[in-house]
Amino acid sequence: MTFSADRKPMIECRQVHKHYGDYHALRGIDLTIRAGEFFSLLGPSGCGKTTLLRTIAGFEEISSGVVLVDGKDMSNVPANVRPTNMVFQSYAIFPHLTVAQNVGFGLRRDPRSSAEKARAVEEALEMVGLKGYGKRAAHALSGGQRQRVALARALILKPKVLLLDEPLSALDRKMREQMQVELIKLQRQVGITFVLVTHDQEEALVMSDRIAVMFEGEIAQLAHPEALYARPASRRVADFIGLMNFLPVSITGESDAAVTADVPGFGRVDIPMSNVSRANPGDSGPSAGFRPEAMTLLGVNAPPAERETGGVIDEVVYYGDMTYYDVRLDGSDRPVRISMRNVFGRDIADVGTRTRVSWAPGSLVLFR
Amino acid sequence: MKGGGLRLYAMLYLLFLYAPILLLPVFAFNNATVIAFPLKGFTTEWFSQMVGNAALRKALTNSLVIAVSASILATCLGVFAARASTRFSFPGKGPAMGLIMLPLVLPEIIVAMSLLVVLLAVGVQLSVFTVIIGHTLICMPYAVAILSTAFSSLDKSLEEAAHDLGETKFSAFRLVILPLVMPGIISALLMCFTISLDEFIIAFFLAGNEPTLPTYIFSQLRFPKSIPVIMALGTILVLMSILLLATAEYFRRRGVARTGTQDTGGFL
Repeated sequence: MTFSADRKPMIECRQVHKHYGDYHALRGIDLTIRAGEFFSLLGPSGCGKTTLLRTIAGFEEISSGVVLVDGKDMSNVPANVRPTNMVFQSYAIFPHLTVAQNVGFGLRRDPRSSAEKARAVEEALEMVGLKGYGKRAAHALSGGQRQRVALARALILKPKVLLLDEPLSALDRKMREQMQVELIKLQRQVGITFVLVTHDQEEALVMSDRIAVMFEGEIAQLAHPEALYARPASRRVADFIGLMNFLPVSITGESDAAVTADVPGFGRVDIPMSNVSRANPGDSGPSAGFRPEAMTLLGVNAPPAERETGGVIDEVVYYGDMTYYDVRLDGSDRPVRISMRNVFGRDIADVGTRTRVSWAPGSLVLFR
Repeated sequence: MKGGGLRLYAMLYLLFLYAPILLLPVFAFNNATVIAFPLKGFTTEWFSQMVGNAALRKALTNSLVIAVSASILATCLGVFAARASTRFSFPGKGPAMGLIMLPLVLPEIIVAMSLLVVLLAVGVQLSVFTVIIGHTLICMPYAVAILSTAFSSLDKSLEEAAHDLGETKFSAFRLVILPLVMPGIISALLMCFTISLDEFIIAFFLAGNEPTLPTYIFSQLRFPKSIPVIMALGTILVLMSILLLATAEYFRRRGVARTGTQDTGGFL
């Protein structure tokens, strides 16, 4: 899944700032998105991700800095001549036109004959799985169908970059998961650079080659999904992406390669420098974090594990395919959450029982 | 019967409102100059007198010229105001919109008098043109109200999408926004037309020697023998109003159906 860094840059942002009156929406964004990449801007609402997307599209003028698309400076280039097209959050399907008229809207200034354009529209509709829908009234379509029309309408112009502003947020869960897979396939098929804005971390992890996590107009971390998940650059990113357990620790030593810390329930642990991240400014002290799947509940008769500790099960939450256990580790007063994939033949442990727990090396991240 | 008393009250209320209007056609076809029962017989005499009346034709022409001009002017200005108020935010927007809507609640006689004073002070000759100015002023709030609804129901990204797909700001407006607000524009035109057509006070103050339909009718009420002709004229006007309102509502509903939005209720 890692993306080759040798592809040429498609979008480059250099020290991009955006002010709305007193409000500083973008605070010096530096960013390179490569050709053919599926890139996501992820963050909570108000973090500036949509503003950044709209500055790339040309709907917002930047206060200072440079935006380059395919090596060309985009200042003074209006949205209608930029090599980018956008799929809007509301889809912005023209309700007074048919599906075919919507998809062919951008071809109005195309010098091709109307028969050729009609064929292009047919092909675009087929690509998004709406073959034969051309004559329908656009306002009569379902949410998922509108989404596809919006995609076909943008892709028919063969843009260098496709910008997607929360394109799946209006769909129900099943439809959303289906469209995620379809979007990935579509992106591979057309090879166009996709830039997706989303507040849904799961969606970003599923779809992206690389993700930029944004808070308050700044990029907090830019990484591949696996790196983002396993080694969040700050406790804030860790809080935002998935679920992470945090335990307060005391640091006992430090070398060039690792930091040694006393972690309650784990004992004295060496945490490699690659897993050392920033704490939140307001944190009382350093903390260690680990994902729920980094620990495993061991059966009573399991052979001893290399790294093992024990605890008491505080709570059991059963999800069908998964079970979440809240376990109070020995030497720690706050429970941590451990997730286990349910396997046929393995019993769900009971609340209040003692359990053995093993943990994976390299799974601990230190925030200081 | 459920709610018997209230139902009776509602019926009497409607009767009181509309019975006088129903009497118009009755006496318009009655073969007598006196407006009283019993009816004397059927005639179309009053309608042919009406058609042959040169002063009435003059008043009708004036009224139509005023109503058409004022409705087009008010609607065009209304499009600008409604778009500005729904799409952009700028300093002084609230007060500006308030001032545009003010004639809605301002006593018309105040508007008419102050306009008269100003026009005379500036030295403008009273004519059909001055009435058009006055009517545009009082029609604007209605046009803006109808058009604001039409503009505000539009998704802002529609225009951006058209712009993104290669159209200029102007052609995006023409190709996407204009067709979608067209039902609102037609409603506004018809609304302003009806308001202007039967407006009396401003026409009376600002028309100078030019009669409009309402001022002409008022002037004829002094002559008992011309009252049946007024009845005939009134009948025609009622029919025209119903036709116009029905057309306006038709376009409004078509606009709702076309964009697939929820019908939030019109004026019919």
